[in-house]
Amino acid sequence: MSSADSVAVPAPRERRSRADIVDAVVRVRELGLIVVLALLIGVTAALEPRFIDAESLRNLVRNATIIGLLAVGQTLVLITRNLDLSVGSVLGLAAFMTGDLLASNPDLPIPLIFVLGMLLGSGAGIVNGVLVAYGRIPALVATLGTLWVYRGIAFVWTGGSQVNAENLPGDFLAIGTGTVAGVPTIALFTIVTLIVVGYALRSYRGGRELYAIGSNPDAARLAGIRAQRRVLGAFIASGALAGLAGVLFTARFATVDATAGTGLELQVIAAAVIGGVAIFGGSGSVWGAVLGAVVLTTITSALIILQVPAFWQQAVVGALLLTAIALDRFINVRITERLRRRSARGGVDEEAAEPPSGQPAGRPREREEGGS
Amino acid sequence: MTSNSQRRPVLRLLLIPVLVLGLALAVAACGGDDDGNGSESAAENGEGGVPEGLEIVSIPKQLGNPYEEVEHGGVEEATTELGGEHSYEGPTDAGASSQVPLINAAGQQGVDALIIAANDPNAVCPALQQAEQSGVAIVAMDSDAAPECRSIFINQASTEGIGQAQIEMICDQVPDCEGEIAILSATANATNQNAWIEVMEQELEKEEYSGLELVEIAYGDDDDQKSFQETQGLLQAYPDLQGIIAPTTVGIAAAARFICGSPNEGEVVVTGLGTPNQMRQFVDSGCVEEFALWNPADVGYLAAHAAANLTAENITGEEGETFEAGRLGEYEIGADGEVILGPPTRFNQENIGDFDF
Amino acid sequence: MSANAGASAARAYPRRLSELARWEALIFVLIVATLIFGSGLSDRFLTLTNFSFASKDIAEIALMALPLALIVITAEIDLSVASVLGLSSAVLGELWLAGWSMEAIIPVCLAIGALCGAFNAFCVTRLGLPSLAVTIGTLTMYRGLALVVLGDQGVTDFPAEWTRFGFEDIPGTSIPYPIALVALLAVGLAVLLHATRLGREIYAIGANEEAARFSGIRVKRIKSMLFVLSGTVAALAGIVYSLRLASARANYGEGFELSVVAAVVLGGVSIFGGKGTILGVVLALILLGAIRSALTLGDVSQEWVLIVTGALLIAAVLGPNLVQRVREARAHRRDRDTWSAPSGEG
Repeated sequence: MSSADSVAVPAPRERRSRADIVDAVVRVRELGLIVVLALLIGVTAALEPRFIDAESLRNLVRNATIIGLLAVGQTLVLITRNLDLSVGSVLGLAAFMTGDLLASNPDLPIPLIFVLGMLLGSGAGIVNGVLVAYGRIPALVATLGTLWVYRGIAFVWTGGSQVNAENLPGDFLAIGTGTVAGVPTIALFTIVTLIVVGYALRSYRGGRELYAIGSNPDAARLAGIRAQRRVLGAFIASGALAGLAGVLFTARFATVDATAGTGLELQVIAAAVIGGVAIFGGSGSVWGAVLGAVVLTTITSALIILQVPAFWQQAVVGALLLTAIALDRFINVRITERLRRRSARGGVDEEAAEPPSGQPAGRPREREEGGS
Repeated sequence: MTSNSQRRPVLRLLLIPVLVLGLALAVAACGGDDDGNGSESAAENGEGGVPEGLEIVSIPKQLGNPYEEVEHGGVEEATTELGGEHSYEGPTDAGASSQVPLINAAGQQGVDALIIAANDPNAVCPALQQAEQSGVAIVAMDSDAAPECRSIFINQASTEGIGQAQIEMICDQVPDCEGEIAILSATANATNQNAWIEVMEQELEKEEYSGLELVEIAYGDDDDQKSFQETQGLLQAYPDLQGIIAPTTVGIAAAARFICGSPNEGEVVVTGLGTPNQMRQFVDSGCVEEFALWNPADVGYLAAHAAANLTAENITGEEGETFEAGRLGEYEIGADGEVILGPPTRFNQENIGDFDF
Repeated sequence: MSANAGASAARAYPRRLSELARWEALIFVLIVATLIFGSGLSDRFLTLTNFSFASKDIAEIALMALPLALIVITAEIDLSVASVLGLSSAVLGELWLAGWSMEAIIPVCLAIGALCGAFNAFCVTRLGLPSLAVTIGTLTMYRGLALVVLGDQGVTDFPAEWTRFGFEDIPGTSIPYPIALVALLAVGLAVLLHATRLGREIYAIGANEEAARFSGIRVKRIKSMLFVLSGTVAALAGIVYSLRLASARANYGEGFELSVVAAVVLGGVSIFGGKGTILGVVLALILLGAIRSALTLGDVSQEWVLIVTGALLIAAVLGPNLVQRVREARAHRRDRDTWSAPSGEG
């Protein structure tokens, strides 16, 4: 009686205050990232002014674009308490398809290529989503399986061949190197995606339901949320964005073979985690995820330009990840305390006061997928 | 209550050894101890005593690399000429141990010869030695294994020649042969690249190259995206960089693509080892002046003939021995079982249109 | 209090036994099918020589999968194992270059593995961080440390009397030394899990951590021990791998963690915790090794190993789920008739 009711129809004042706190926290987290980013760039630029050259910054942005795009999709999945390990393989498939198509049909309209890439990605996402939401396979297992299957298919499809720059039409390649008003063209895709998805997540009911599913799947279901559909949707979105990223990959790198995108999935999850997306769902924003991708890329670039030996880069990134995770946990604990105090004062049911920001214990208790 | 549940786990425990024993017995009963030897080639037909029905397995560093596809196409060509059977098996990743199962399989199948481009000169050694004991002739090509694990190494050009050619080219193209240069290599464990880099470093100590300074060796792992980003990193870390040598076809293509069409074009020289098809547009546009390679198909072709002669016991891999290699003519084995294909070919605007690989 | 724990664990038994005997039977059937299929592809498949080869290829994955199974049973995970393998190899190489003897190096490597595990344990149990996120972080950090220790180089001149432990068979048998190691570890962990109180406690933690804690089970201590064990065994795997390949490098084992997780999941260990047996994991490892060997010997291109393994993983989990859903649907229909209550399905 109590918890389901409270989640579904809380008193307006408590709901607003809970939302306020969460909003505030998310904003603080993102602001924190921006501060970190500013510090990073500032310190590096002070030591090495070339770092903030226009071209250098543009390259930084270009590097972050693909990971950022993938991170947006991954965030949608992570929020529902799942994850998608197959994004690297999907990117590879889409990238090769793009190259293959353009090499044999150079006159294909470029918008069509983007549509096809996203369709391919969506198809892969549907498989993932059905397996997780309807097949009730844990996302870790399902997407690990599809990671391998899709990569194997890529090898079979490419058959040892490779797409090269000289096979691709010039105006397609121009997308990869060009700029629009000083902003790299491919970055525009990520920015637009970010705005669209970010808005949809906050303002549309479907988006808010994703958070509900991730925080408390049982309550979400009892509140009438069609969890399976939402989770399927999240995976389709993740796949579609991976497909889009694949097309951009080909535009940028122009040489594509069966191994394109190998190993990206862990980088993407790392970016999302740094960006404040909880790995057990229920909280985080796509803005944060993209910021996380930018921070990750900036750190790598900064270490290179400061001539820190390459071997230290991974160790530093790993330490950074751990710091981000610990920080989020710390913030989480603070929210819980504050809300508990508030609820003690206001007499609201304590369970309702628990913030939708992941499990405080840091462990998936009764971790049912959002598809039951 | 508790006594029941305590008995059951013991039953489970017994289950494990029983199952394992059962499987082992089944395996032993069905098969025998097979040393995996016994090449089916019997009759001594074919040229120079090469048996008919020669079975050759060739293993690249990794599947999906077009350069290697051409190389192993050469193996196929020669094997067909000799009336044999060629099998191409590659790993899906270039890790150190990825080739081991494939080497083992070749040994078990009792093929006549194994040609391999090793991912790691030492990691594949135990497996190669075991295959050799089963009667398989071992030939390394392009990327060597440790000399004690193979009979012959087909080197596309002399290691010195490859290293020297690249230093010569960078000196020719960098203004006044003076300035900072960097190397963009493949994986850190690749035998071939490391050998060439060693030669290059020695060359750079010579008087005539004293104006050049090698500031960094970056590793692109033969991955296009990584090579691309490493190039970017090099240019950021060393703003006065005059040139990049990329002794790998993946690396040079990525570096060229990054630099050509960027503000660095014309200021940073890109050279190294590349395939004509990948580099053509950059040479045509004038961004890349000259680079080198050889015909990879010839490497594979030569390797197959060497393997065939080893099987026919015309040669054993000793220095000074000679053998016939079809359309390539006669070759002599050098020190440490090394056979050199020939000098590297330099590609530039004049001749790049003549090649298709 | 402890009686409660015992009782709840005992209640867990029948559920585990009936479900998992089915799972293990399924995997066993798949193994037999693979053996038949493999022998059809190549008459060299069902030989002792091939057993020696094929089992060595999977030995390191097997070593790491066994402790990971225990960790997953407690509803945690450790993705850093492959990086600890690499770190161990790097330390081995570096110390060898510095002139240490192998007898001195091995304990140091194992100790470093234990330390890595302890750090994971600290983050998970003391700081309360989710193990999935933590071990993604330490996966990167430990790999980075490995690179810092050994850099790019490979160390190769290990003496034969040590490398033979990596790839030779025990004299007189077709059992490679690493496999003997795996077998020992499997038996040891099986005894631990299925015949000791600690084992029951591990299951209890996975089934319901809060209840376990209230029953007096020392959750944090047990989890810490498991992480330390995982780290130590991963370091051992690094030593075995380096000896088998007769060389040490910092980038060894990259990507192995996915195969290790796959083996554990395929073995019937639930990602949500509370279920799974060592036997299941051993069978799954045998199955994965057999498939890889069958396809390789049968001259099937390596990309099919990827596809088959991925599809198998999905199918193995999907199958029982579908069966269960059908059963549940039938039960729901029965319930609905009896109770006339909404089913609550989305």
